[in-house]
Amino acid sequence: MTIQEWKFTSKDIAAKPDLFLSGHRACAGCVPATVLRLVMKGTRGPTIVTEATGCMEVASTIYPYTSWATPWLHTAFETAAANASGIDAALKIMKKKGKLKQDHVDVIAFAGDGGTYDIGIQALSGAVERGHDFLFVLYDNEAYMNTGIQRSGGTPHGASTTTTPAGTVIPGKLEYKKPIGEIMVAHDMPYVATASPYYWRDLLTKVRKGLEVEGPAFLHIFAPCPRGWRSDPAKSVEYSKLAVETCVFPLWECVNGQWELSVPSRLVALAPQKKKPVIDYLKGQGRFRHMFTPQGKKLLEEVQNLTDRRWQRILQKCGMVQKS
Amino acid sequence: MEPLVKQEKTAMSGDEAIAFAVKQSDVDVVAAYPITPQTIIVEKFSEYVANGEVQTEFVCTESEHSAMAASLSASVTGARAFTATASAGLALMHEMLFVTSGCRAPVVMAVANRALSAPLNIHGDHSDSIAQRDSGWIQLYVENAQEAYDSIIQAFRIAEDFNVLLPVMVGLDGFTLSHTLENVETLSDDVVKGFVGTRLLPNVLTHEGKMVPFKLDPDNPMTMGPIALQNFYFEFKRQQDEAMKNSLDVIQRINDEYSQVSGRKYGNGLVETYRLEDAEVATVCLGSTAGTMKAVVDELRREGLKAGLLRLRAFRPLPVNEIRNALEKVKAVAVLDKSMSFGGNGGAVFHEIRHALYDAETPPFVVDYIYGLGGRDASPTELRGTYEDLQRILKTKSVQNQVQYLGLREEKGQ
Repeated sequence: MTIQEWKFTSKDIAAKPDLFLSGHRACAGCVPATVLRLVMKGTRGPTIVTEATGCMEVASTIYPYTSWATPWLHTAFETAAANASGIDAALKIMKKKGKLKQDHVDVIAFAGDGGTYDIGIQALSGAVERGHDFLFVLYDNEAYMNTGIQRSGGTPHGASTTTTPAGTVIPGKLEYKKPIGEIMVAHDMPYVATASPYYWRDLLTKVRKGLEVEGPAFLHIFAPCPRGWRSDPAKSVEYSKLAVETCVFPLWECVNGQWELSVPSRLVALAPQKKKPVIDYLKGQGRFRHMFTPQGKKLLEEVQNLTDRRWQRILQKCGMVQKS
Repeated sequence: MEPLVKQEKTAMSGDEAIAFAVKQSDVDVVAAYPITPQTIIVEKFSEYVANGEVQTEFVCTESEHSAMAASLSASVTGARAFTATASAGLALMHEMLFVTSGCRAPVVMAVANRALSAPLNIHGDHSDSIAQRDSGWIQLYVENAQEAYDSIIQAFRIAEDFNVLLPVMVGLDGFTLSHTLENVETLSDDVVKGFVGTRLLPNVLTHEGKMVPFKLDPDNPMTMGPIALQNFYFEFKRQQDEAMKNSLDVIQRINDEYSQVSGRKYGNGLVETYRLEDAEVATVCLGSTAGTMKAVVDELRREGLKAGLLRLRAFRPLPVNEIRNALEKVKAVAVLDKSMSFGGNGGAVFHEIRHALYDAETPPFVVDYIYGLGGRDASPTELRGTYEDLQRILKTKSVQNQVQYLGLREEKGQ
């Protein structure tokens, strides 16, 4: 399968009409809202969007208002991928029966980390196994922010949330973040990638690739949440850069089983001395504040080791194992 | 299966009859998950798909929850959607049933009625669908495989009617109907196609003042399933109830129209009365039990007892007026409930029949019999016993036990 290359300038993107419109009720410094807007800038034609219950669904469709200039459906928390299945099936058969006006309609399913890692994973796994033609976009703000910062399967080790508060005995979330991208790759699906909105060109290219492939595509997008992370709203995009520079969130894609590091992460791989310490990313985020106390030192080391171990695993998959 | 011609009699189980009706109804998407005793429906339909006999996208989902989500999504994309389930599957769908009716998606679903766990039991009772009473779905219960076939065809017309736009579930008793072969008369493909037609979409007004088809359409973007808060949610729900009320007429009209093409009619579509005109004692039930009960009524009539039967075909919407008209002159009524409302003093059907009769000029005695749970057989002798109890009530002018159990082992003295 060859993927049509999409060439664009920033001017093209600026000129392209938005499908996710302003006026929504997202918080200041909300990266998920930026992610939705960017992803919709990457669409290639008629598109139907379905979205899991979550902060972005709630913030963008308070009746009788909507931020969506494209057909949009929400049904429940765990159903983003199941909805995409139904829409895909309907489009296919209606096209066959001559009941579809458009030649082709793309389907995008958005879900947060709760709707992907946790409650939505069964529907996601099933829809991917069935091979429906859709792009699943995970905007990962690393906790149940909509309901008030509870831990999810996507919450990183050590983070303090309202269900894993940093206490005197337990220092935040003990468990590790689920490697969701690798789990999706294990489905043997045509396209899996990670993206960060700081590297917006890379993100847009991946959105387009995900739409171009026939069959299911999965795009995991890093999406800082200043309310939930207890961080400065002005620094949200900076955190999406630091996460990549520290290798907390490496950027890669896997096309038909072929792994490849994306340019921002490849630069780090090629010049390991440029790899920033995890501490640069953690500091300033209130959810990790307890790590910067004398008792938190061990946890900081653990997070660095975990990050390094996972980075090595990705490097190995991409055929770029470091010698040191 | 041999090709069928108009009104050909073929031996079919209830499940097969449903699969055949779906095959004939130009369904665009079937999204389903197998569960006993509904399995034959999806198996049979899979054969049609595998042999190219249908133009339908068949989605074998990984759960009933996703089956309902996919059916709903296909429906709001403009497709005609069907699914089928039973018991635990329906319970798993519970959340999505409300979303489907709330989105006004006219999905049609067959429910092969089966008991709910625990203890695990695969046999027929109405616990599964009665528990979904308030999910905003129209509920029809059928008496035999023939009616299962006919009702599925009717259900698409009812669901898609612009004054209704609600999902419809058709309940057939697990095993008793789902797995038992009966002679079923089927219409020709053309006749069914003509009756059901292709799915039409109502036009709705956009904020720009345009009339556009009610579906997910990139040419006319629409936000479906939004969040509606204290200021709007209530009105959405009120409209659903209005649509339910509208369906009372539509169900009757479709029943009439269908009788024109098939020669078959099920009462007025909502209720079926049997020898009730001058009845003094009557029973009320849903589903296949009515078949046995009719034989019991005939027997009692031969013996000179003025016995009758009311079969509730529609449980939602509840045909309150029809129930009252049919039963207000009866002196004593026994309701049969094939599900339990624990701690509720009788089953759901009992509650609703009593509710419908409260405003009668001289309300009859109304008592309840819980029966048949987990597929326990209800013999004609046992069913006959309910009429004998009613005669005793009339004689003594008093009710000793408002709620009783049929065919249940109990310790003496209880």
